[in-house]
Amino acid sequence: MRTVGIIMRRELASYFATPLAYVFILIFLVLANAFTFYLGGFYERGQADLDPFFSFHPWLYLFLIPAISMKLWAEERKSGSIELLMTMPVSLADAVLGKFLAAWIFTALALALTFPLWITVNFLGSPDNGAILAAYLGSLLLAGGFLSIGSCMSAMTRNQVVAFILGVVVCFVFLLAGFPLVLDLFRAWAPQALTDAIASLSFLTHYESIVKGVIDVRDLLYFAMLISFFLLATGIALELRKAD
Amino acid sequence: MIKTEHLTKHYDSLAAVEDVTFQVGPGEVLGFLGPNGAGKTTTMRMLAGFVTPTSGSANVCGYDVEAEPLSAKASIGYLPEGAPLYGEMTVRRFLAFIADLRGLEGTRREQRLAHVIEHLQLSSVLEQTIETLSKGFRRRVGLAQAIVHDPPVLILDEPTDGLDPNQKHEVRALINDMARDKIIVISTHILEEVDAVCTRAIIISRGRIVADDSPAGLATRSRYHNAVSMQLEQPAQLAAARAAVAALPEVAAVEVSERDGRLTALPRSGATILPALSELAARQGLKLKELHLESGRLDEVFRTITG
Repeated sequence: MRTVGIIMRRELASYFATPLAYVFILIFLVLANAFTFYLGGFYERGQADLDPFFSFHPWLYLFLIPAISMKLWAEERKSGSIELLMTMPVSLADAVLGKFLAAWIFTALALALTFPLWITVNFLGSPDNGAILAAYLGSLLLAGGFLSIGSCMSAMTRNQVVAFILGVVVCFVFLLAGFPLVLDLFRAWAPQALTDAIASLSFLTHYESIVKGVIDVRDLLYFAMLISFFLLATGIALELRKAD
Repeated sequence: MIKTEHLTKHYDSLAAVEDVTFQVGPGEVLGFLGPNGAGKTTTMRMLAGFVTPTSGSANVCGYDVEAEPLSAKASIGYLPEGAPLYGEMTVRRFLAFIADLRGLEGTRREQRLAHVIEHLQLSSVLEQTIETLSKGFRRRVGLAQAIVHDPPVLILDEPTDGLDPNQKHEVRALINDMARDKIIVISTHILEEVDAVCTRAIIISRGRIVADDSPAGLATRSRYHNAVSMQLEQPAQLAAARAAVAALPEVAAVEVSERDGRLTALPRSGATILPALSELAARQGLKLKELHLESGRLDEVFRTITG
């Protein structure tokens, strides 16, 4: 566990060593606010809540999260520093977890910087702050899910652009798993049970139920298992192909 | 102690390393020689635990690299080929990061960091990011991270590649300095390096060990071992000298360099020809600018074995 922290701190510092961190945070904040006010009709709705804000997060994350996660492993491969890291007395699990946590903390920071919106809505009315907190938690879990997928895609290639595109596609499939766009692909040939299983994997379904303010253990478990699964897959991908 | 047994690595149908077995003990500096693509890097990567062998095993300081990877890795200092580093980090932060990963703490951490910074002369670039450093400095940072925890085993893949002659000399001095109580394995294709630092050399070709000997032992395999070369003051005497030398019973062949007229006499196997040649020179009145006994040419041995 000691090494998880060391790797996490190094990784987190590396975000801020380049303009990446600042560009990401800026774009995230601009887009999150623009969507809320222009597409979400924050004022026009006349309701003191942050629904317009949170409902766009999945779509925002779809492109922004893979941009964060694409470098996690692909960059180490490209520069060869993966050889340095993998020959340190560090377990693969610690390295995968440390890097993932760094990316997650970074997105948590970006998310936390949207607090002026929360202040605004409290200034304008009296929203259900418990529900808003739950929604922030849901958004963070969603980001974690996207990041774990991105981490896995990044571990499979040395090309960051490929990692980005794969990340977006796989996240998109998981996002819309409960919708006809994805389900129709399976409905034609797969048994009903499989189609239902795929539908239950949808990010949106689980995310929306948390955002409504209902923190169900099943939804938490869903995200925990999804993240664990993709981190495990990251480890396997690295183990198989680290030296390629 | 490093011990490998039948270490083998196949990539699909390509046999990168085939049945490599050797042992290295403390105080030895083992040089891995071989043409590019011979399997030097793959072998070192298997020792360092980065590449998993297809079959066979590697054992470092009593730890099997596959069964107890963390203990094995903890006792190794490793410089990967090309010395990959984290370019966006400053030298100071990078070395601190490695020291932390290596589990150094408190005053020992400070001491070791100060030690490697001083010995590799990194104090002038401590606050620079690694990507802005010259190749020589990068290599030195790579070496610094390999020795920061004072490991009993050092595995250095081409430690002097890309360095200028002064830097090469410094790195070799550093290796010689550490050689007494450590096991050091270096790979190189610079043959002078073998003479300069290695106590033993393994030549590897197409994945297999083709020679395992001391540098002096390897040199005796050369056609030029105990050969005598001479340079005449008067080039006019060259033809006569050549004929006379070739007529000596101990001499197997005579070569004359077209570049500088140097005459080299190769002995029949086991024969000593220096006394006979100096006697001949005196008898024939040859004026010698230079007379030189060769111990053998490693590059020629290398070409013969791996060609």
